[in-house]
Amino acid sequence: MLYREAGQFKSTYLADSAIFPLRQDRIAMAVLLAIAFIVVPLTATPYLFSAILIPTLILALAAIGLNILTGYAGQLSLGSAAFMAVGAFASFNFILRVPGIPILVAFVGGGLCAAAIGIVFGLPSLRIRGFYLAVATLAAQFFIIWFLTKVGWVTNYNSSGVITAQPIVVFGYRFDAPAPKYLLVLSIVALMALAAKNMTRGNLGRKWMAIRDMDVAAEVIGIPQMKTKLLAFAVSSFYCGVAGALFAYAYLGTVEPEAYNLDLSFRILFMVIIGGAGTILGSFLGSAFIVLTPIVLNVTVGWLDASGLHVPASAGSNLEVIVFGVLIIFFLIVEPLGIARLWSIGKEKLRLWPFPH
Amino acid sequence: MTAARSIGGTILEVDAVSLAFGGVKALTEVSFDVREHEIRAIIGPNGAGKSSMLNVINGVYRPQRGTITFRGVPRHGVNPYDAASSGIARTFQNIALFKGMSVLDNIMTGRNLRMKASFLEQAIWIGRARREELDNRARVEAIIDFLEIQHIRRTPVGRLAYGLQKRVELARALAAEPALLLLDEPMAGMNVEEKQDMCRFILDVNAEFGTTIVLIEHDMGVVMDICDRIVVLDYGRKIGDGAADEIRGNQAVIDAYLGVAH
Repeated sequence: MLYREAGQFKSTYLADSAIFPLRQDRIAMAVLLAIAFIVVPLTATPYLFSAILIPTLILALAAIGLNILTGYAGQLSLGSAAFMAVGAFASFNFILRVPGIPILVAFVGGGLCAAAIGIVFGLPSLRIRGFYLAVATLAAQFFIIWFLTKVGWVTNYNSSGVITAQPIVVFGYRFDAPAPKYLLVLSIVALMALAAKNMTRGNLGRKWMAIRDMDVAAEVIGIPQMKTKLLAFAVSSFYCGVAGALFAYAYLGTVEPEAYNLDLSFRILFMVIIGGAGTILGSFLGSAFIVLTPIVLNVTVGWLDASGLHVPASAGSNLEVIVFGVLIIFFLIVEPLGIARLWSIGKEKLRLWPFPH
Repeated sequence: MTAARSIGGTILEVDAVSLAFGGVKALTEVSFDVREHEIRAIIGPNGAGKSSMLNVINGVYRPQRGTITFRGVPRHGVNPYDAASSGIARTFQNIALFKGMSVLDNIMTGRNLRMKASFLEQAIWIGRARREELDNRARVEAIIDFLEIQHIRRTPVGRLAYGLQKRVELARALAAEPALLLLDEPMAGMNVEEKQDMCRFILDVNAEFGTTIVLIEHDMGVVMDICDRIVVLDYGRKIGDGAADEIRGNQAVIDAYLGVAH
């Protein structure tokens, strides 16, 4: 009954094309942002920041990147983690080798490097598609990690091939504690998510989706295939690159190239599929699902153990993996279009509730 | 109906176009012209090369020989992007809409060539990007009104009935404000009412916007009624060209459709 659009008339196309056309949605979003920016920093524990909130937000950003490429432009990629690695190691080298560079500029630089490499590895998409393209991007995944491991220069000749992220200093303020780091990550992710939403709801997003849905027809109405696909690779890799830099600087601290392995690429792909391909909201939902579920399962197993039901440690960790896998399959069967789709179905139902007929 | 329009000079000239796929000759030395503001039909039995002809005109196929002159610019082979930017739009025989997008978004893609804002401007959603979006939305809404599809604006096209999908595809082509509109079997698979609606829309588009139309159609009643001139193809060759009455009396055309006694 609260979620009604009755009486909300739009008299301009500007109002009609707003991100949240419904007043209730706008209020909900404002409340959510207020909670995220004000309530959470005041109340959350350091564990919540470092183990849950920060990785969820950073991986959501990477998932937005992959969603732009796979969900919107329809180009399957298994190289997202490699592009994150490029962002992280490029940022590290910018800060190391360019004296006095502001760290946010270094992050943007890292993103741009990832974008450039993304364009190079996007070139095969002009000829091949689907699974075959996925294999081509797999080459990016292996090649980039190999390169970062073998070429000493990128890790400043560290003997164990590890980089230690420099402290984050913005305008003289040091982001050391979890809460400020969280706020920094949240601000960057919120701004970039808004930009992604703007791109995808406008002409560019329509071009990407046109290429995804039917590339011949897209070309016939004047959408240049090469430019549009490569732009999708560039924007997507930029997002992944910035996410990778944040992953190193705000989350891990000490990073080896192997942190960005194929496993991470798959996790990001799962986030997109489970969250909902072709939606920005789905990137956040998918990221939360993938990050939170193992933690929840872990806590549950620990709780079972403590409550007298003896669970051996090895069985416990296996149980987590099994339940996690079953949950993924369950979600894909219930709603192949992802949690974001469940969410929008729920909203449709709510509009009619309590009188569905 | 024809009195209201003034048919102008030649807008499209197809000169001795030949197209082959390996050993299969799809088109052999086909020549015809299309005049400004007219409705021109291409007919012929299955496999006559009608769709190939449209694909050559808008650059999907490159002919091995022959020239196509559009608005006075001769060209041998052209890519679809150039054809679109020179003012040629088309619909497909098998509907080629973007299934995951709403009707509105599908039609908006038809105007993509008129939207010049860079991706950075679009990301920030200010100035030119927003202005273009709103201006083009207004033009698209005019087309939505014209084709009477206001009620399905927000519906994903995959959920629409076949006849409506055809209409949305026409809307997307019209959104580009083309000088030349190619329609590949716009009425295939439709019932009588839907065909009548589609005929009305084609005639309205032609009368109101002055769009030159080249269409492929199998329903001879429709072709004879709404078209000014007709080209007949058979096995990739032109066997007839002229007004409906001439075609009806053309012995080669009758033979092609009805067969010849051996």
